Amino acid sequence: MISVYYFGAISLILIGLYAILVKKNLLKILIGLSIMETGVNLLLVSVGYVAGKSAPILSEGIRPSQAVDPIPQALVLTAIVIGVATTAMALSVAIILHEKYGTLNIEEIRRLRG
Amino acid sequence: MLKRALAIISLLIIGYWLAQGLAGVPFGEDKMLVGQYYLDHVKEQTGAVNAVTAVVVNYRGFDTLGEVTVLFIASTGVGALLWRKKKKRTAKTEGSIVLTTGTTLLFPFVVLFGAYIFIHGHLTPGGGFPGGATIATAFLLLYMAFVQYEIPHRAFEKTEGAVGVAYVLVGLIGLVIGGYFLYDWIWQDWGFGADNIGRLLSGGFIPIIYTIIGLKVGTELSGIIDNMLKEEVSE
Amino acid sequence: MNCITCIEYIIVGVMIISAILAVEWRDLLAATVGMAAVSLFASLLFLILQAPDVAMTEAAIGAALSGAIFIFAIKRTQRFETEEEEKPGWWVRW
Repeated sequence: MISVYYFGAISLILIGLYAILVKKNLLKILIGLSIMETGVNLLLVSVGYVAGKSAPILSEGIRPSQAVDPIPQALVLTAIVIGVATTAMALSVAIILHEKYGTLNIEEIRRLRG
Repeated sequence: MLKRALAIISLLIIGYWLAQGLAGVPFGEDKMLVGQYYLDHVKEQTGAVNAVTAVVVNYRGFDTLGEVTVLFIASTGVGALLWRKKKKRTAKTEGSIVLTTGTTLLFPFVVLFGAYIFIHGHLTPGGGFPGGATIATAFLLLYMAFVQYEIPHRAFEKTEGAVGVAYVLVGLIGLVIGGYFLYDWIWQDWGFGADNIGRLLSGGFIPIIYTIIGLKVGTELSGIIDNMLKEEVSE
Repeated sequence: MNCITCIEYIIVGVMIISAILAVEWRDLLAATVGMAAVSLFASLLFLILQAPDVAMTEAAIGAALSGAIFIFAIKRTQRFETEEEEKPGWWVRW
């Protein structure tokens, strides 16, 4: 029986991948990419979770044996910020494409390019 | 609908593979290898209480430098892609009185909260990345409320550059003193704040680096917001 | 089952529903709001998974900045997804 967190993360990844495969609007594809990224982050954090232990902040009363794995959290912390910056860059490419072709439909853009 | 059907079938196959793979990674069990070492030694090796911060800044500081570089390149890319000869803000509707009054009241406190988050990164949850993002949201609020507002470009660009150089400089001082890049000389050699763990003045160079990262993230994200909002005007 | 454990089932369910709606809505502005909702529920899950640092970052970035950037892009392009209906062949009329 698969855990509910794994189920949610895999569902988000698949929903995002569906948007990337099927949708034709460029902004909708980027929304799918963003959802997929959230799913991957959720998967990484839930792999690092240990049942019954607390957050890896070793203030008074928390011994090192009572904390969850800090490494996936450190990885995800930076990945989120980098993700929004790269998404902004992809969105500016989409804005330029719309200025040049007047549409966001990728099939039409492909046709107009010749 | 053929494409949609094919997509759904391939998605189901991928989902089955993922679920099969994750069946070998039981949820909620102790799988720590190097993580346990970090947790055991974080206090005497780095002086930080928050293990996530110690991993981000101290143990893997070089990766963080690379990620800050990626952030810088993405921000520069947005600026270069949306560059026009003459750019202006084209919004017409003024913010409502609730928004403007609330923004003028809240703006200093939001910036203060962001600064609190990144200065106390080694003690409480948070750190440079969420702190910088909070500061960027404060500027987003100003952009929403006032039609004419723009960030002080020159000061922001100078802060961005100076802060990026400062990160490398801290690493190079560590190289000179301790023999490798980003060596934590404040904690290892000086032992600054060794009897003070769990309070503000401890943690070696973690507060310094996180202040640098916070300022960097805040200015870069504000610059991205500014670039995305302004449009070309022709006269 | 007490309700401390079933709240995560509820959050995961609502998160998946908002992800499906974000992908399926034709209005891109509404889709952006759905995406921000996914980030918000994910940040709640991060908090339950004992990752407060990640939860703070996700709440500040995923729910505020990312949505704002998408809305700026929609303002400069177009709001509705114009997708002409595909004409399927006779073998896949379903």
